[in-house]
Amino acid sequence: MPVIRFIFVRFLQAILVTMAVTLFVAFAIRLTGDPVVMMVSEASNVTEEDLARIRESLGLNQPFLMQYFEFVKNLARGDLGDSFFRGPVWDLISVALPATLLLAATSMFVSILVSIPLGIYSAVHKGGLADQMIRVLSLVGLSFPNFWLGIMLVLVFSITFPFFPASGFDGLASLVLPSVTIGIILTATNVRLVRTTMLEILGAQYVMVARAKGLSERKVIYKHALRNGAIALVTFMGLQFGNLIGGLVVVELVFNWPGMGTLSVEAIAQRDYPLLQATVSILAIMIVGVNLAVDLIYGLIDPRIRVS
Amino acid sequence: MAEQTQNLPARTRFRLKYRRFFKFEFLLGALLTGVLGTLVILSTWIFPEGGRSVDLLARLTPPFLSWEHPLGTDPLGRDILERVILGGRISFAVGLLSAAGAVLLGTVIGLLAGYYRGIWDTLIMRFADIQLALPFILLAITVIAIVGPGIDRIIVLMIVSQWVQYARLVRSSVLSLREREFVQAARSYGLRDRKIIFGHILPNALGPLIILLTLNVANNILLESSLTFLGLGADPQTPTWGGMLSEGRNYIQTAWWVTVFPGVTIMLTVLGLNLMGDWLRDELDPLGRTSR
Repeated sequence: MPVIRFIFVRFLQAILVTMAVTLFVAFAIRLTGDPVVMMVSEASNVTEEDLARIRESLGLNQPFLMQYFEFVKNLARGDLGDSFFRGPVWDLISVALPATLLLAATSMFVSILVSIPLGIYSAVHKGGLADQMIRVLSLVGLSFPNFWLGIMLVLVFSITFPFFPASGFDGLASLVLPSVTIGIILTATNVRLVRTTMLEILGAQYVMVARAKGLSERKVIYKHALRNGAIALVTFMGLQFGNLIGGLVVVELVFNWPGMGTLSVEAIAQRDYPLLQATVSILAIMIVGVNLAVDLIYGLIDPRIRVS
Repeated sequence: MAEQTQNLPARTRFRLKYRRFFKFEFLLGALLTGVLGTLVILSTWIFPEGGRSVDLLARLTPPFLSWEHPLGTDPLGRDILERVILGGRISFAVGLLSAAGAVLLGTVIGLLAGYYRGIWDTLIMRFADIQLALPFILLAITVIAIVGPGIDRIIVLMIVSQWVQYARLVRSSVLSLREREFVQAARSYGLRDRKIIFGHILPNALGPLIILLTLNVANNILLESSLTFLGLGADPQTPTWGGMLSEGRNYIQTAWWVTVFPGVTIMLTVLGLNLMGDWLRDELDPLGRTSR
């Protein structure tokens, strides 16, 4: 059964990639030297026995691979161990992950809301003034750092005109500026995706047939072209999930958004390696998961993809 | 063609010959990149103090008031125009060096994979999977947490994580080129593999490579500013665009100019490169193999 084989192969690949990434993160973090020395660097009169005792209690006296398997085993059970300074990692993640997912979802929503109409308009009126404007604007949107856009939005919409809070996580109003920041950045890429996809489809033979039948242009575009393009668009946007997460990490910091990005940067500042290992691993696993889901859905809907 | 244009005035002939370069997009992009690039290259001689001269009496001077500080000063009284231009040195260096390293490594491995397949292919595919799963910012956060901040590390990380895009592009070009008649002919002459790869295949795969290179430089300038903003790049003493933004952020309530000007400079630089990349794509890759 080719379908089952396809699903099986993709699953296996996803598991391999997850293992490679988590192994890499675990290994990289172990390279730093002895985290215990770092932990107690503030305290005085620490004896060698104390260090050994802490090491044993953290499982750091085990060989590296044993520690990695321990981490994976606990990860599968939802137990992420303890942060050096802030209690169980799971408690921190269970607050930060929903905050990040919320922000990711609203930004995606903003971007889809803007990019699909603009992209279609641009493709339908190819070469016109509006198309040129949209292309140039999307190029501009790809040309500044996302965090700077965030700072500028704060400058205009919460300092000059105090409409929205500049930072923090406090009600719907605080969601607006961060979502718009990431939404605009995503839109710059998505408009181009929608435009090229629509151009490709509008040149296809079945669109010509629909036109030849005498259907109105509106029906041709929305009923025939957009519906067929939707699958490709969802896939492309899904594959952007990794970029989205990468952008979130920095933008969260600008808005003091209590998500995974802020947590990761705090973990670096405090050299809290168990926490950092958990945040990076979880984000990577999420990205692999989304890519896998997109791949599977697309592969099942459109059998041509499975071949490659 | 030559006969037809012979009777035209010299200026028109020139325009016809180079008409693709007269497109607005290209001119604007080349102008932006050219002007900023020249300023940045000359900045070391224009500003010998290196943007470090502190003047606490003139701290947070607003812009457009005096010739002494046309774009105002930062919280330590350092001139913003001076630091913005000097900051370009790090950005351009990171953008160019990382892209150069990645394109060299990626092209060689891509050529090998396209020509010999086998283990090289597997290497590229697995690396691409991992690259897709670990966004650059996350990779950088993890590694820099361990090796400590620094521009050199960022460049190495960019090369390590980005060569694979070039390798995939070159590989796919080679796969289609190696079956073409001129490569078959070269092989039937008995040319060595190395000569076929570098003399016949590579020159025909250059177009998409150049486009990707331009966009990659632009993108890495953005990434460098993000990483420096997070405190993972150059030390705060060195003028950098990301560093200026991260300092200025604390003064956003009172002194907008500290964050606005470095950001605008980043935008103009990257926009210039993106405009040229876009134009190159229209010229060299009409089929859109490098579209993003």
